[in-house]
Amino acid sequence: MKIRNLVHLFPIIALTAIVSCNTNQRNTSTENAIDIVAEGTPEVAEITGAPKVPKPIGDRAAKKLIVNLVTTEIEGIIADSIPYTFWTFNNTVPGSFIRVRVGDEITVNLKNDANSVLPHNIDLHAVTGPGGGAPASSSAPGKETSFTFKAINTGLYVYHCAAPPVPMHIGNGMYGLILVEPAGGLPKVDKEYYIMQGDFYTKASNIKKGLMEFDNDKAVAENPDYVLFNGKKGALLGANMIEAKVGETVRLFIGNGGPNLTSSFHVIGEIFDRVYLEGGTTISQNIQTTMIPAGGAVIVEFKCEVPGEYVLVDHSLSRAFNKGAIGKLKVTGEANLKVFNAKTMAKE
Amino acid sequence: MKRKFDIAGCFLLFILISACTQNNQHDLGREEQKIITDTLVPITAVVKMVYIPGGEYKPFYGPDTLLVKVIPFVIDQRAVTNQEYLAFVTKNPQWRKSAIKPLYSDSNYLKDWPTDLQLPKNAKPNAPVCNVSWFAAKAYAKAVGKRLPTLDEWEFIAMADEITANARNKKNYSDAIIDLYLQKNRQYNEVKLSKPNYWGVYNMFDLIWEWTDDFNSILSTNDSRAGQYDDKELFCAGSATSSTDILNYAAFMRFALRTSIKAHYTIGNLGFRCAKDTAIKLN
Repeated sequence: MKIRNLVHLFPIIALTAIVSCNTNQRNTSTENAIDIVAEGTPEVAEITGAPKVPKPIGDRAAKKLIVNLVTTEIEGIIADSIPYTFWTFNNTVPGSFIRVRVGDEITVNLKNDANSVLPHNIDLHAVTGPGGGAPASSSAPGKETSFTFKAINTGLYVYHCAAPPVPMHIGNGMYGLILVEPAGGLPKVDKEYYIMQGDFYTKASNIKKGLMEFDNDKAVAENPDYVLFNGKKGALLGANMIEAKVGETVRLFIGNGGPNLTSSFHVIGEIFDRVYLEGGTTISQNIQTTMIPAGGAVIVEFKCEVPGEYVLVDHSLSRAFNKGAIGKLKVTGEANLKVFNAKTMAKE
Repeated sequence: MKRKFDIAGCFLLFILISACTQNNQHDLGREEQKIITDTLVPITAVVKMVYIPGGEYKPFYGPDTLLVKVIPFVIDQRAVTNQEYLAFVTKNPQWRKSAIKPLYSDSNYLKDWPTDLQLPKNAKPNAPVCNVSWFAAKAYAKAVGKRLPTLDEWEFIAMADEITANARNKKNYSDAIIDLYLQKNRQYNEVKLSKPNYWGVYNMFDLIWEWTDDFNSILSTNDSRAGQYDDKELFCAGSATSSTDILNYAAFMRFALRTSIKAHYTIGNLGFRCAKDTAIKLN
């Protein structure tokens, strides 16, 4: 009996060893990362608007990348055909997803649109250096700035505009995510999506009828009118639902721009098999709801077992129910009655 | 006969102006001479100047207890217009689009002007001139016998709303300004179409950003802890620790703009107005 138990334990021990080995690999020390040589001539990085993400880095070596971002101030729809003045990176909320490898040397070119009224800049939480690059990238309307940094920490990081008044720049949508993959890349999955939560504080413009704009008082009181995924009510609903098939593993890169609220991120009817806590290296397993700090991010992974529509929420539920923090993942495929069997007949 | 006389008159006037210019040159400081090269031909611009009695005011940045004394001065009631700037470059060829030295301006100087002496096709002559560098604004001010306002002078006037000299503590003061700031393309509107403020000064917020003489002083007066970037305190939440008026988002925006520009920059919504010292002391 005892021997049999040990035999059963053996694979578990072996697995544990492999997992910890993997963890060690991911934990490339920053000192080593500094010494990684980024070869070749700089290439323009592929960047994408949410919910899409660029191709995984795979097993490529470190290289030199150029990331081109444009800051704009544009009118967009925040909810139910209500126009709002958004401030953006590359005309989208959230801004473009940036995907790099540890050891890469990344040149960020930040161009502030000539039509902008205000200066903007970028603070990437993946940057080790003053202000995350903000002072070096301060760009007056119509001007372009540039700085280069080496990605020395793996993880999923928020970037945002840090021009004063910062809560207003972030509150208007100036944030995005940058993923720094470890050498060899993250484990392969079937589907990857990019989502960012943000809180929005609105009031009617006194000058342009019908247009909504940032409300300073509501922001200071941390009392938003909207809490949204991807900058728009319904950005992940209806025709915009994210999708997967039964049997596929989904990885979500989720950030929280804030400016103020933390997120209790939950997918109704799913359990996260793996959570890269706060977007870092530590993996926690079997998580129902994960915290995403304002100015923080998380990677969650789960296998889709049962078809249906799975609701993504901030489980501070008034935000989901009343303020828009709701989206959907549509899973299609064969039912799996072993996992879930709905008996809808009323019992007499 | 009369025509001949006119020509002669013009010629005489020209000699007079030239002589005047030479005299003026002696009055210029060395630094200024370096900045405003060659001969600067004076021009006349008809713009009403407003007397500002000055007084003590609390700057937006700095320790809470700091009070800065602003001595009396006079300031143009409105920004310098396209038409006036055209007159300036007409008389001063070295400040024309094709001739300006790269040291004094980036490549967007008077960006939309089709030629040296032609305003943009749809530009209103009475709209404020933009896409001018700090060097160019300084030169213009000198040519009209004035100077650029200091940052403190400008901000002193900016405290006023339509009915009070210092409206900073009013609930809607900052919000009302931000409403104006958020409007795009307002730099193409004519000057003086909106109401003047308490002092009789127009368009402090609803047309353009404005150069001040020491626009970058906020950078150099910060302490040296910040190292390479003196303006570090102005970024992210750091800006909050050095501000005396944390809810004045409009002022944050102005200071953000000022920290993002350099003296040779030319920007589509950045122009200027002129000021002057005054010996008058009114109570």
